[in-house]
Amino acid sequence: MSCWETVLDYGLRSIGIGERLLPREGFTLCQHFTLIGSGLLWNIYFGVLALSAGFFLATAVALGKAAASPWLRKPAEWFILVFRGSPLFIQFFFAYFFFLNLKSVSPIFDPFSAAWLGALIVLFLNTAAYSGEIFYGALRSIPKGDLEAADAYGMTGWVKFRRVVWPTMLRLAWPGYTNEAIFLFHATTLVFFSGFPAWQQRGDALYYANYFADRTFNPFIAYPIVAGYFILVTLAIIGIFGLMNRRLNQHLPKERRVRIRYKPQFIR
Amino acid sequence: MACYLTTGKHSNFYVAFGTVLLLLAITAPAALLFGFGGAIAARSRFFPLAWFGKIYIAIVRGVPDIAFFLFFVIALDQAFEYLRHRWKCPDWLEPVRQGNDFVVCQAAKLPLSTSPQWMHEVYGFSLAVLTFAIVYGAFAANVLYGAMQAVPRAQLETAEAYGMSQRQTFWRILVPQMWVYALPGLTNLWMILIKATPLLFLLGVEDIVYWARELGGTATPRFTDYPHGDWRMWYFLALLVFYLGFTKLSEAVFARITERLSHGQATAAGEAQRKAAHA
Repeated sequence: MSCWETVLDYGLRSIGIGERLLPREGFTLCQHFTLIGSGLLWNIYFGVLALSAGFFLATAVALGKAAASPWLRKPAEWFILVFRGSPLFIQFFFAYFFFLNLKSVSPIFDPFSAAWLGALIVLFLNTAAYSGEIFYGALRSIPKGDLEAADAYGMTGWVKFRRVVWPTMLRLAWPGYTNEAIFLFHATTLVFFSGFPAWQQRGDALYYANYFADRTFNPFIAYPIVAGYFILVTLAIIGIFGLMNRRLNQHLPKERRVRIRYKPQFIR
Repeated sequence: MACYLTTGKHSNFYVAFGTVLLLLAITAPAALLFGFGGAIAARSRFFPLAWFGKIYIAIVRGVPDIAFFLFFVIALDQAFEYLRHRWKCPDWLEPVRQGNDFVVCQAAKLPLSTSPQWMHEVYGFSLAVLTFAIVYGAFAANVLYGAMQAVPRAQLETAEAYGMSQRQTFWRILVPQMWVYALPGLTNLWMILIKATPLLFLLGVEDIVYWARELGGTATPRFTDYPHGDWRMWYFLALLVFYLGFTKLSEAVFARITERLSHGQATAAGEAQRKAAHA
């Protein structure tokens, strides 16, 4: 069987298209690369959706935590504390069994106990908490002069937020946020190793790598392939976020721009 | 309820909390040691060593940590067995990898198939500790490397001016001063380490996650005096609360240590303490 046939058979296996049975013997390098790469689709799905939805909640949470009213501040603080203070792994387990219990209440909750929705919700809330904390830090370090200038121009409320506060916050938070994005993608590998089952063996990259390593008793092929894929993902994120960073900083002279440094400080 | 919470199986659950704390107690110094080694290697003037240190730091941080866990547990096990195999059975000619099997001679098996159950558990636990130390050692190396760079140049130059050797400068000036710079990073690392402990479950150790799943599962009257439905949600809620409390406690302790370490240091925090003492 040529490699191209393997790609046709297993390239989209993780989303249920192509050959139904996973390879059982032989285990060529081509199969490793194809199947693990197909699993990466799930990591990208989780990462992209959770990140883009989490961005908005994170902004809201950061504003909430910075609010003067305790009715807004306390819930935001607790939200951040709960999701940052406990392991994501346990959050996955708890959410899965929680959704299972809901399932018996009403069939509406059926999809929640499947990974594609349930795990996505956990990741979404989790990244919102982590990025909310980053945004909050940035919000507090907006230069006083910028805000005074906005006041002097007579800007208030929404206009001030949209034109001054928000762009500056994003600009200051961006390097930290880039790291958060990288680690969110790394965290997606936890999904199928916590409570959430991989339905019909449709799993993520690490799930398939684990499958191969279990079958061949040889960890030296499958896991380095996962590592390679994730290094590529990391580089892609740094590239994309670097472009956005350039745009956020475009009005500033070169030496005052915020540089992105790969600085893994918070993993779950 | 009190009776239910003190069944024999539940005591296993409570012992598992001890396992987690034991893991932390052993891993944290071990990771620090690996980190120290990594940081020294990365700073080395001998460039292959410097490369090795930098690559170690970069790779471990660039890849999801759980991939490393799954990898190292098998890889380390096979590496140990292979070394013992070469040492104990030198006249064994067949290759170690035969198709999908990893074959070593009987005497090289780890732990020996004749050894008691607790040996197997200890071996599994030590593999887990080593894996944790390697993975989080890379993070610690990164933190310590940054901290060593952050110590003001002038301090080192002064030491050299006093005629201290390289080694003396390193141990007497650099190392005592770097901790203050390393502390925020190490605090972070400790939090990360706490939150990584449930991953023990993936390494095959019977930890709190394992027992929470076991005990929470539906119990039928046939097998237990205390039948109940699916309580796993509540067990994991308890774990969630445990970790939250633990994180909070650590935060408080680290705030104390930071204050202590800032004492007499040439940093903003140290300066503030000095002024407060004078006033």
